[in-house]
Amino acid sequence: MARGAHRPASAAVLPPPSAPRAGGTPRRGPGAAPLRDLTMSSISRALGLAALALAATAASAATTITVATFPDLDRAARAALPRWHALHPDIAVKIVSLQYADHHTAMTTALATGSGLPDVMAIDFKFIGKFAGSRGFEDLNKPPYDAGALRGQFVGYTFAQATNAQGELAALPADIGPGTLLYRADLVATAGLTEADLTRSWDSFIASGVKLKAATGANLLADSADIVDIVLRSNLPPGDGIYFDHAGKVLVDGPRFVHAFELGRAAHRAGIDAGTTMWTNEWVAGFRSNRIAGAMMGAWLAGHLKNWLAPETSGKWRSAPLPAGAAASYGGSFYAIPRRAAHKPEAWAFVLFMTADKQTQLASLRTLDTFPALLAAQQDPLMDEPMPFLGGQKARELWRDIAAKVPAIPVDKYDSMATDVIRAEYQNVIAQGKDIPAALADAKSLIEHRARR
Amino acid sequence: MISPESTLTPAVASARAGASRARRRKLARKLAPYAFIAPFFVLFAVFGLFPLLFSVWLSLHQWDAAEGLAAMHWVGLENYKYAITDPWFAKSLLTTLWFAAVSGVPQHLVALPLAFLIHMTLRRSRNFVVGAYFVPYVTSSVAIALIFTTLFSKDFGVINALLPGPPIDWLGDAFWARIAIAFVVFWRYLGWNVVLYLSALQVISGDLYEAATLDGASRWQQFRYVALPLLKPMMFFAITLTLIGNLQLFEEPFILIPPDSGVATSVMTTAMFMYRMAFSDGDFGTASAVSWVLFFIIAALTYGNARLFGKEGGGDVAR
Repeated sequence: MARGAHRPASAAVLPPPSAPRAGGTPRRGPGAAPLRDLTMSSISRALGLAALALAATAASAATTITVATFPDLDRAARAALPRWHALHPDIAVKIVSLQYADHHTAMTTALATGSGLPDVMAIDFKFIGKFAGSRGFEDLNKPPYDAGALRGQFVGYTFAQATNAQGELAALPADIGPGTLLYRADLVATAGLTEADLTRSWDSFIASGVKLKAATGANLLADSADIVDIVLRSNLPPGDGIYFDHAGKVLVDGPRFVHAFELGRAAHRAGIDAGTTMWTNEWVAGFRSNRIAGAMMGAWLAGHLKNWLAPETSGKWRSAPLPAGAAASYGGSFYAIPRRAAHKPEAWAFVLFMTADKQTQLASLRTLDTFPALLAAQQDPLMDEPMPFLGGQKARELWRDIAAKVPAIPVDKYDSMATDVIRAEYQNVIAQGKDIPAALADAKSLIEHRARR
Repeated sequence: MISPESTLTPAVASARAGASRARRRKLARKLAPYAFIAPFFVLFAVFGLFPLLFSVWLSLHQWDAAEGLAAMHWVGLENYKYAITDPWFAKSLLTTLWFAAVSGVPQHLVALPLAFLIHMTLRRSRNFVVGAYFVPYVTSSVAIALIFTTLFSKDFGVINALLPGPPIDWLGDAFWARIAIAFVVFWRYLGWNVVLYLSALQVISGDLYEAATLDGASRWQQFRYVALPLLKPMMFFAITLTLIGNLQLFEEPFILIPPDSGVATSVMTTAMFMYRMAFSDGDFGTASAVSWVLFFIIAALTYGNARLFGKEGGGDVAR
């Protein structure tokens, strides 16, 4: 899940996290015990046993491990706890969940001072480059972890993202964010439009937005910056990150950025955006009051919509590929073990349980729509189930196809800084009519200035 | 083995013991005051002095906090040069000065006559009124953020509902977002200034007003020619506090504008720039340098303020 909820306190009434269905998928035999599932699952058998043995020797007395995470990702960990306790009755888990931005700030401070570090740390995609580069984490390539052997079981590029310049693997991936267009089928139909009108081309998308607004008053976008965000993440050439190439060269004056800014400006001028920033009260209210009828983001947004943003619009949403055949990855999350964690063997068992365990991954998919980074989970029959929130659409099959098309996106230590700079320059284009090449040139020189070291 | 003590006569031994006990008591008496004031000094050293000195040290280093303390390396004054040449630094400084002026000046222009009015007209209800003005000052900033984001909401807010014309995007448009934040700052600190001025008015002798009344001075003239000159020392004090507070402005823009918002950089004060430098870019060395640059700017402006009031022959404070 990318960009976990910077959720306004007043906005959300959380439904209780739905417990994962016991026993995994319906097709599994009734006799399959959870422990058997774990060892027989796609984790390499030896590794799974090694982890359990490690956990067992170190945890003769009851141990409590601390897991630092953020919403909505914390929901996945909470939902998995009953099964965890069945497998590890001697290891208690304390989940500490802060708001998205607060979590990453608190973890930066904890890493800096070496105090207050959790045993397991959840890290969002936006920060994985910075955190992995910090070398404050256990190198999972080394024994006793030897996670290199697990590489083939995950979506390939996730390991590249969690590996720093020194070749250390800082984290294991939990989920990825195949980019999708979520739209309100009922409002689009009212305006006499079809899904093909939205996705044929970017021009067609914007023209459809104008028609939609005229017919229903609804906006096809929350913020014109959203179109910029998704286009920046689309169709990256292999080896290029969003802002930097593999050699650290700043890419922000390239054609991808010009195209993204131009589209964003065109959408803004056409008036098809509601002008609300993500994770604000207005944004939430926009979804609930039918003012926002579309969003282009990671598939995880469907889970947010279903769980707290707009549960009452259930059945009205659909998921479509991005316009103009764009393939993008938007977000993802990871679990890491700080070098100074107190209970490393137990922490490792928990990381494996959250990432490499097919049942946990499927339970997360079911509750959060966080798309599994574990390939075995992507092949589960659950992927073919119709999704009631999306009007019975079998959207996970679509997301799997999108995920297969997305190239690896290398991350950089300065990604979060570059995100801020680009966002500010885009605002200059929109609000002050700044020339796009000038804005991007300024962004480039500022990013180069900041990334000087 | 024979200890030296055992060779002494009992009398000498006891005299010695008495002397050492007296010495110890004397020492304890000497040390007692230090022990009693130690709690403050220990707390100050840990939470005040150490961070202060550490930030000086830090400002001379490059340090990616996520890498731990061992990763610090010496860069000398480079962080200062780097901070000052960052385009966002200059921009944030202008924003800070804008906020200082737009939210600070009205605070005093309103608080002065308001305090005078309360002082002259209210008797029994005075404490209640002053208390009401003071409430925002002690209200939690989280509560303020919640209330004001709701009030300022573009589509659902009360303020837009009351105003005629098309809805104003209070928190999403660079210009209006600044106005909205300046208003919240004004609203929050007005009561504080009223209390300051009121306390100064209360020590002005009533005889002066009486004499002025006998000379036929109107209430405005009493304010202008009696109260205002005598309030100068307090004005110096209050303006200094406002200057320092507004130049360090952080909370209000931080809580009202989400960091991902497009206008976030339009309302970015220097203190927020410093915070971003540290926690978003992970560059704690430069953030420390920014904080010291800000400190020197505030010190310079405060000195200028003191000179200004001092020259005009203001009150005791300035002299």
